[in-house]
Amino acid sequence: MSKRALAASLLLASLICSPVRADPIQDLQALVKQGQYSQALERADNILASKPRDAQVRFLKGVVLSELGRSAEAIAVFQKLTDDYPELPEPYNNLAVLYAQQRQYDKARNALEMAIRTHPSYATAHENLGDIYARLASQAYDKALALDSSNVAAQNKLALIREMISVSGKTGRPATPATAPQAQVAKPAPPPPIAAITPAPAKPTPVPPPAAAPAKATVPAPAAVATPSPAVKEEPKPVAKRPEPKDDTPPQAAVISKAVQSWAGAWSRKDVKAYLGHYARDFEPPKGLNRKAWEEERAQRLTKPGSIEVDLENVKVVSVNGDRATVKLRQHYRSANLSTSSNKTLNLINQDGKWVIQQERVGG
Amino acid sequence: MRHVQFALPWAFALAFLCAPLVASASGSARSSGLPDADVTIGEVIRDIEQHRTEDALKRIDALLLRHPNFRLAHLIRGDLLLARARPLSAFGASPDAPAEKLSDLREEAIARLKAYRNKPPSNYVPRYLLQMEPDQKFAVVVDTQRSRLYIYQNDNGRPRFVADYYIAHGKLGAEKTREGDKRTPVGVYHVTANLPRQKLSDFYGSGAFPINYPNEWDRQQGRNGHGIWLHGTPSDTYSRPPRASDGCVVLTNQDLDALSGYLQIGLTPVIISNTIEWLSLDDWASERAALNREIEAWRRDWESRDVDRYLAHYSRAFRNNEGDYAQWAQQKRLVAAGKSWIKVDLSKLSVFRNPGKEDMIVVTFEQDYRSNNLSNTLKKRQYWVKEGGRWKIIYEGFA
Repeated sequence: MSKRALAASLLLASLICSPVRADPIQDLQALVKQGQYSQALERADNILASKPRDAQVRFLKGVVLSELGRSAEAIAVFQKLTDDYPELPEPYNNLAVLYAQQRQYDKARNALEMAIRTHPSYATAHENLGDIYARLASQAYDKALALDSSNVAAQNKLALIREMISVSGKTGRPATPATAPQAQVAKPAPPPPIAAITPAPAKPTPVPPPAAAPAKATVPAPAAVATPSPAVKEEPKPVAKRPEPKDDTPPQAAVISKAVQSWAGAWSRKDVKAYLGHYARDFEPPKGLNRKAWEEERAQRLTKPGSIEVDLENVKVVSVNGDRATVKLRQHYRSANLSTSSNKTLNLINQDGKWVIQQERVGG
Repeated sequence: MRHVQFALPWAFALAFLCAPLVASASGSARSSGLPDADVTIGEVIRDIEQHRTEDALKRIDALLLRHPNFRLAHLIRGDLLLARARPLSAFGASPDAPAEKLSDLREEAIARLKAYRNKPPSNYVPRYLLQMEPDQKFAVVVDTQRSRLYIYQNDNGRPRFVADYYIAHGKLGAEKTREGDKRTPVGVYHVTANLPRQKLSDFYGSGAFPINYPNEWDRQQGRNGHGIWLHGTPSDTYSRPPRASDGCVVLTNQDLDALSGYLQIGLTPVIISNTIEWLSLDDWASERAALNREIEAWRRDWESRDVDRYLAHYSRAFRNNEGDYAQWAQQKRLVAAGKSWIKVDLSKLSVFRNPGKEDMIVVTFEQDYRSNNLSNTLKKRQYWVKEGGRWKIIYEGFA
């Protein structure tokens, strides 16, 4: 236990210190940020020549090697890091991403389970692990259904992985709340796990430059999904219970949050009519169900015997754009035979003056 | 390790479908005499019901090491893994799975789970196995609706359960009547040959045992078709869905190998039913005794040389390869005139009830016939039906 604490605080110290010292590591980070991987690799090797055990530089080198497509070498770097610093979750996570790229899902799964073992609250690893389980499931289904997955499906899968990477990149979720929530926003954090550092080709620009990030750190950035939102501990109270939205929070945000809380309330009360009333006319039911079948399924679920409790945590209105809004939240669901916590993304639309759910996704 | 695990509600739905074989018999989980695959599937579903999904996944992984082509196991593994990523509502939550394939695997899961939950009760026997001849060491009984093949040992005349296996049958079910109708015949048959793997294509897996469809009764009913076999499974899959064949009874290769150890060519009965009727041993014994009395009465009346008493055992609808009842009666009266004595001994007697709504039994024996002017030994088969509460012979011929 003390060992873990020590390692974490050492890392934390180096993270907090780095922005103020204009040192080679900062240069290295800048090079990585700018995508100048060859120079970054050279720089990393230079630093490692004098400080061969430096965890942060080695981590960055692993990231750079991954970006250069030198997966085997990157795996070796991260592997060694997990040997030397078994208490750090990020190298496990990145190992997992590399393994996943090679479709070695069982290895990826083991690595992520290790990451979570070291840091039970390591959100990125949790999310990635969910994705890996889904990938493993998909392989199992292919075998079950004797689908010829060699051609078409293989391409789909690769595309899916890319998607998984860019999705994580876009959401830019706080990498390690346990280790250094501040640090990531303040930039000198170990670069977010590969999932996040992979350039999102579509929108390279909206990523705020490192200098700008700290300024935004205290206020949730509403517009760009790409902006990392700070995971400050005291924030995740249900928004509805908070006094009033702060200064530059979108004016609509409070109304939207309230609509979302009312949705969870109707759900908890098992009020089917009110619950369904929170969905847009053009809501797209999951699993390809039609609206009627979905409504029946929901009505059946809601009216099952036993109580339902739905608590929302960390409700964030991440964007408002005219009559559309996106909300991210953590949902704690408890019923007679199921108890889950999951991250959800809701896309809402203002229909007839009321904010209603147009799309509901797990994850994000 | 702690992680989110969503419930797999389908496990309960599947388990709910598992009614016991016999109303009075309590369904009890078992492992003896049951193939590995069924045991593991049964245990996995139980684990899921009890929210021990980690154990379930370990079991499935181990099973897949033993049977890498076991599609149903892959499907359940997929669900177990996906349930860690998102809630599942249906069995086989794969988003782009063809509905037909999923429903096939679901049917297979139900069949295997039923087999795991419902052991054939030890004090009940399939009604069909009334009497096996002493040389018949084993009998095979198939239940197409349960997708199950049971092996019974001839234990001094009493059928004793040995093992049962998952099987696939005709795509369009049972009660075959026509060539190409993709149905499995229902009736009393026996294995007629052993076709080794080397002589067959991969489609038949580890071997094949043809049966004598169409039998005498089938032919009289105008049923046709051919090539009904018990056979194995192609190498690309461990097992096939419950309804998959063109009429054959299909086992996994390892189950077929196990079955082949019990089969005697030309001798082992294979009785195929829609749904096995089970009799308590007491009921079975009294049914068997009653039929033996009927057969004995027929034999005695034949020896009595009273042709009317003898013919009273025959149905007016009687028919065999030589003709109908009138011809049969005329022939018997003609022959009887020259007899001063007749002695008939029956041996190697077997009595099997024909599955189906109609009361019918299939009697096979070796007949040692002696008389003042003719003696011979013949192997014969008779079909008896119940007419107005009495058993009558409706077919008799050489077997």
